[in-house]
Amino acid sequence: MSQTRFTKEHEWARVDGDVAICGITDYAQKALGDIVYVELPAIGKKVKQGEQVAVVESSKAASEVYAPVDGEVVAVNDNLSNDPGKVNAAAQSDGWFFKIKAANAAQTGSLMDEPTYQNYVKGLS
Amino acid sequence: MSMNTQGRPSKSAIVLAMEANKGLVLDEPLIFEQGAEGRTGIDLPELPKYKERLGGVRRRAAIGLPGLSEPQVVRHYTRLSQKNFGIDSTFYPLGSCTMKHNPRLNEKMARLPGFGDLHPMQPTSTVQGALELIDQLAHWLKTLTGMPAVAMVPGAGAHGEFCGMAAIKRALEARGEHRTKVLVPESAHGTNPATAAALGFTVEAIPANAEGRVDLAILKSKLGPDVAALMLTNPNTCGLFERDIVAIADAVHKAGAFFYCDGANFNAIVGRVRPADLGIDVMHINLHKTFSTPHGGGGPGSGPIVMAESLAEFVPLPYIVHDNQGFRLIEHAVDAMGKKPFGRLKGFHGQMGMFVRALAYILSHGADGLWQVASDAVLNANYILASLQDVMSAPFKGPCMHEALFDDRFLKDTGITTVDMAKALIDRGFHPMTMYFPLVVHGAFLIEPTETESKETLDAFIAAMRDLVREVRLGNVEMFKQSPRFAPSRRMDETRAARSPILKWTPADREENGDNGDITRDAAE
Amino acid sequence: MRYLPLTEDDRQGMLAKIGVKSVDELFCDVPDAAHLDGPVWDLPNHQSEYEVDRALSALAAKNVAAGSCPFFIGAGAYRHHVPASVDQMLLRGEFLTSYTPYQPEVAQGTLQHMFEFQTQICLLTAMDVANASMYDGPTACAEAVMMANRITQRRHAVISGNLHPHYRETTETMAQMTGFTLEIGQPSPQAAEDLIKLIDDKTSCVVVQNPDFFGRLSDYTKLAAACQAKGALLIVAIAEIVSLGLIKPPGEMGADIVVAEGQGIGNGLNFGGPYVGLFACKQKYIRQMPGRLCGETVDADGKRGFVLTLSTREQHIRREKATSNICTSSVLCALGFTMHLSLLGEKGLTGLAELNHAKASNLVDQLAEIPGCRVLNENFFNEFTLQLPKPASAVVDELAKRPILAGVPVSRLYPDKPALENLLLVTVTELTSDKDVEVLVRALREVCK
Repeated sequence: MSQTRFTKEHEWARVDGDVAICGITDYAQKALGDIVYVELPAIGKKVKQGEQVAVVESSKAASEVYAPVDGEVVAVNDNLSNDPGKVNAAAQSDGWFFKIKAANAAQTGSLMDEPTYQNYVKGLS
Repeated sequence: MSMNTQGRPSKSAIVLAMEANKGLVLDEPLIFEQGAEGRTGIDLPELPKYKERLGGVRRRAAIGLPGLSEPQVVRHYTRLSQKNFGIDSTFYPLGSCTMKHNPRLNEKMARLPGFGDLHPMQPTSTVQGALELIDQLAHWLKTLTGMPAVAMVPGAGAHGEFCGMAAIKRALEARGEHRTKVLVPESAHGTNPATAAALGFTVEAIPANAEGRVDLAILKSKLGPDVAALMLTNPNTCGLFERDIVAIADAVHKAGAFFYCDGANFNAIVGRVRPADLGIDVMHINLHKTFSTPHGGGGPGSGPIVMAESLAEFVPLPYIVHDNQGFRLIEHAVDAMGKKPFGRLKGFHGQMGMFVRALAYILSHGADGLWQVASDAVLNANYILASLQDVMSAPFKGPCMHEALFDDRFLKDTGITTVDMAKALIDRGFHPMTMYFPLVVHGAFLIEPTETESKETLDAFIAAMRDLVREVRLGNVEMFKQSPRFAPSRRMDETRAARSPILKWTPADREENGDNGDITRDAAE
Repeated sequence: MRYLPLTEDDRQGMLAKIGVKSVDELFCDVPDAAHLDGPVWDLPNHQSEYEVDRALSALAAKNVAAGSCPFFIGAGAYRHHVPASVDQMLLRGEFLTSYTPYQPEVAQGTLQHMFEFQTQICLLTAMDVANASMYDGPTACAEAVMMANRITQRRHAVISGNLHPHYRETTETMAQMTGFTLEIGQPSPQAAEDLIKLIDDKTSCVVVQNPDFFGRLSDYTKLAAACQAKGALLIVAIAEIVSLGLIKPPGEMGADIVVAEGQGIGNGLNFGGPYVGLFACKQKYIRQMPGRLCGETVDADGKRGFVLTLSTREQHIRREKATSNICTSSVLCALGFTMHLSLLGEKGLTGLAELNHAKASNLVDQLAEIPGCRVLNENFFNEFTLQLPKPASAVVDELAKRPILAGVPVSRLYPDKPALENLLLVTVTELTSDKDVEVLVRALREVCK
């Protein structure tokens, strides 16, 4: 499995073969506060990098989640519908959102690696 | 034990009073937890003999309603009322909401049988006085705004927005133009972008400048042949008058677009400034804000719109005309002469009950009184701004209009947030101000006192706010986080409410520890 | 001026604190050309309470109040008795003068009655969830169609020809303005419509009414199954909410969304508004619902409490992506509804509904004996369609002079359908007395000669 990559909009993606497992970052879950609901895409949905694919809600805000890579949604994390708190507890592991069969796995190369993302986040506050 | 630094009780008289009264705010179960079979609060005459003609759809299963007598129901709702703050009970400085006194004459007039007991489908010969009242109110609204046309039917502010933007859409179609974009300042009420989007427009945000107003240069750069309209609140949601409004209107018109004004803040200028003189094409008026009809815990409202000549043909149905046959209702497009109605927006003819109240208020004040309304509303807000700006932080330089805006810079690094301040204010006996709106200001406090508050009340509020700021400086974080302590309820767990919504009472939810029976049922389907 | 507390001394002191000489200086951002130099001209000045009372009472006196004469009008607004205690409690300032309950610690009164309202609507309609109210029945209907469009991702709705014209026209306006299409059946006061043949895999929903505009009752169970087979939703509209005390609820027929006008319980006629729209649906659709929702939770002490919830659907958070642009609802009217229904209870509502039906049924028997008149309905709740030997509007105008408010000429709502010209909608409620019936029957015999 490759290393985790990050977007400026605080999504992460980890490529395993041609499948990218995606979610929102730990920084994002902290900023949102208690997550109460996650709206996940339909399996089979075709997405382009940067396109809205999911919505994550706290009790007072709703944020869009964008696809980190082009491709087709092949799986979603159904556990989040019963337990959206998983995103708070483990944003970058058990709290994953969806898996995209990547049209071009090399696309993740354009995303940030972990140290770059951490620096980017530091610059935001 | 809690002692303040001076060694004497820091609690204000109102706090002490509220603590003492705590025993009168009684826990009250749901109505469904109080019934007994066979009991009722209504007596009916004996059922006559009759032939049933229900075509086989008679209800078989019981409804499940509880049975209560009149004294039980009266006590239940009286107790519930005691858990509420209203304008009648305390200062309610919600910015953007115009929580002014609701005169009781209004209520009395709306209950006259000649208004309250009229059916909307009575022959118009039997409702001439009602139509005349609507016509009189329309005349006041047109004259106060300087606009030639009015549509009375919208049921609330957002409904008025929809009506006004629909008129714009039809006017553009009549010109054979296809414009797709609506410009909305970042500071706008959420209804503005929601309305524009509902009508199929794409929404483009305009940032505010350093003075909290529309950036004219950016606005001009975004205007083009694809722009249908600008939706702008004036005075804006930062409580400021858009200084460049005439230039804004000119630029919008030059680009061939329309200028929609959100009139939510009309109270600041009513009777002193006519929107027509500012170049506005269409504006809704919230009768439940400026014209004192009660908010009722969230409605009903009423949102008539006034329109310039360029939009006057494009009206919703029905509307009233006056000719030698008296007042008539035009209910269908086929009867419309000289107008191009775009259809019906709701049932019947508008919020008559609100029209009566608004006209009672308007006649009470008259033109001179309304001038004083705007003057005092603006004076009160500026008095609050002037009295708190040394201890709180104001993002924009005054004078403000009818509401004073502060941000949360004065709370930086204290561990105390805007919401904590607001909740602590409850323990001082005041309703919180609007918080975190407008979005363009960090941690906003938006305070709208209205003209119906006395100087004594404003001084008490100012003293409470200054006292809270002192508590912030003392670092009494715990006191803030635990607030409110003396309200009918403590802070609510909103996360829990949203994660597994319980939206109705079911007998099961008592037994099953708050689990909503329906979710399980639905999942099992 | 009785609503303005500031004295001239107060004003001077406040101006001094602000550091300006006059209020005019506070209006310095207003362009010079737009400054009025005094109150708006051509309008009268302030008046005393009794002068305003006199002026408005004079206007009210020009109208014929429904309670002042025999009265048989319905067609979407119904005159029922509202108990005195309802209005007395509604006037409590804590209800009347409070805002939307965004601060739950000081708004549990409003939130709890909203929660009770939502529960009552679910019970009446046999649906899973209900919101805290909409503007009125017709706007709720239009919102339901748009919600069905979102759920099904389709943009074509089938509308019964017997849906109340105001519900249909409000939905048509939304269709034209927001971009979806409608297929509308022909009004058919006698024969049953065949809507099933209009449903295909492009249909987002079918909208029907029960009792329908002409007063007829139907069981829509088969229609619900036909909708489900094509992936469409069934929306059932109810204009006379008291009917649910006696009629099988739409939830038992398989409705996906129920919309209704709630005015008939707890609210007066008020010449058409404000009323209260009811909106209920199946549990699985809650995230697509418009309007406010109140939910149960606990406070910091673990005590049960209520809050507005799922508000991320709404415009103040979701802005252009909201499920609806609606902000204000009809809370005070909903409270009137809840109080009245609490007084009625199971026994009261079922008894009231049966009394309405019984009185209507007996009037039908009497009208059937008038030469030239014919009741078109085989079944009904408390409203039915009477065919007259001449145009109904002329009859209504003639009777209004006596004064008898005899009903609604169908032509007032269908001006483009000459075939319906002789039809009169007649409504009977518990408030209709035997004397009223006698007067109407006698007058119709004369006028229809």
